[in-house]
Amino acid sequence: MADASAKQVLFEPIFSNNPIALQILGICSALAVTTSMNVTLVMCAAVIAVTAFSNLAVSLVRTQIPGSIRIIVQMTIIASLVIVVDQVLKAYAYEISKQLSVFVGLIITNCIVMGRAEGFAMKNGPWLSFLDGVGNGLGYSVLLIFVAFFRELLGAGSLFGVSLMPVVNEGGWYIPNGLLLLPPSAFFIIGLAIWGLRTWKPEQVEEPDFKMSRHTVKEAF
Amino acid sequence: MEHYISLILKAIFVENMALAFFLGMCTFLAISKKIEAAAGLGIAVIVVLTITVPVNNLLYNTILREGALDWAGLPNVDLSFLGLLTYIGVIAALIQIMEMVLDKYIPALYAALGVFLPLITVNCAILGASLFMVERDYTFSESVVYGFGAGVGWALAILALAGIREKLKYSDVPEGLRGLGITFITVGLMSLGFMSFSGISL
Repeated sequence: MADASAKQVLFEPIFSNNPIALQILGICSALAVTTSMNVTLVMCAAVIAVTAFSNLAVSLVRTQIPGSIRIIVQMTIIASLVIVVDQVLKAYAYEISKQLSVFVGLIITNCIVMGRAEGFAMKNGPWLSFLDGVGNGLGYSVLLIFVAFFRELLGAGSLFGVSLMPVVNEGGWYIPNGLLLLPPSAFFIIGLAIWGLRTWKPEQVEEPDFKMSRHTVKEAF
Repeated sequence: MEHYISLILKAIFVENMALAFFLGMCTFLAISKKIEAAAGLGIAVIVVLTITVPVNNLLYNTILREGALDWAGLPNVDLSFLGLLTYIGVIAALIQIMEMVLDKYIPALYAALGVFLPLITVNCAILGASLFMVERDYTFSESVVYGFGAGVGWALAILALAGIREKLKYSDVPEGLRGLGITFITVGLMSLGFMSFSGISL
C-alpha cells in the first residue's frame, strides 16, 4: 500500500474495505449510539477527528518509537486526543455528550483508531496517514448513519428529532416499531447491510468452511 | 453479603457486558470461531477485569476525584479529566506485567492465552467496566465483585456464541450473509434472549 494514491487511500475504506463490514473493527460503538441521527452524527464527527489526527501524530513520530513500547505510545496519543474531544463536547454539546455517556471515552478502544494507527500510520507518511484516517472514519460513519436512519425512522417515526410519520400516541397513523429502539435491532440491520454490500461486491463474500453437497432425492425413495 | 451476591448476578446476567452493553464486540465477533480459543480469551478477560477495575478504583478515589488530593495538601484539585488516560495506562501496563509474570511462573497458562493477552488492551469491555465503575461510584470491595462478575458474564457470552458458530458452519447460509453477516444476526437473537433478564431487579 506504500505507493497507493491519495484518492484510493481516502475512498477505498468507504465501500470496498469498510472497517465495520469487512475489517470487523469498531463495532461496539456502532450498536450503542445509533438510536437517533443527532447523536450518531456527533459520534461520527468525533471518530473521524480522532482517527485522522491520531494517524497523523503516530505517523509523524513513527521512526522514533521503539517497537517494544509502541502500543503504549499509540494509546497515549489516542487517549490524549479523546480527552480533547470529550472536553470539547462537554463544553459545547452537553446534552449530546450526556447521551453518549461512556462511549466517547470508548473511542480510545475503538479498534478502528488503534488498528489504523498500527496497520497504516506506522508504515506510511503523515499526509497519506491523515487521509487514511479520514477515509476509515468516513467508512465507519456511512454504516452508522445507515443504521441510525432506519432505527430512528422506523422506531420513532422521526429523523433528527423532527417527526416525519406522526405516531399513534400523538394522534397520528404510524405505529412505531419499539424493537428498533432496542439494541438487538442494530445487529440485524448491520447483518442485513453486510448482506446487501456483499451482494453488490461479491469479492467480499467469505469462503465457506464446508461445501454443501447437493441434495440427493434418490436414496429417499 | 446479599448486596454483593445481587451485584455479581446483575453484572453477569442483567448487565451482561457483551449482550446488553455491546462492549468488547470486536474481539467477541473475531475470536469466536472455535470454542477453545473463546475459552482462553474468556479466562483472560476474567483475570484482567478482576485486577484492573479495583486498581482503577483505588487510583480514582485516592488521586483523581475532586478533593481526593486532600492528603497531599491540595484540596481543590480536580484531576478527573485525566481519567481516560490513567485507566488505559493502567490497563496496558497491567497486561504487560501479567504477560511477563505468567511467562515466568505459569508458562502453561501463558501458552494457552497466547496472542489474546495483548489483544485485551484494546477490548472495550475492560475500559468500559472501569468507566462504569466510576460512573456508579462503587466502593473498593464492590469494584472487585463487579470486575469479576463483568468478566464472567463476558466469558459466558463468548462461549455461547462460539458454541453456536461451531454448529452454524455446517449449515447452508446464503452467500452474501456467510461469515460475518450471519454472526451479527445470531448475536442479535442472543441479545434478544438476554433482554429477558432486564426486568429482573435483585
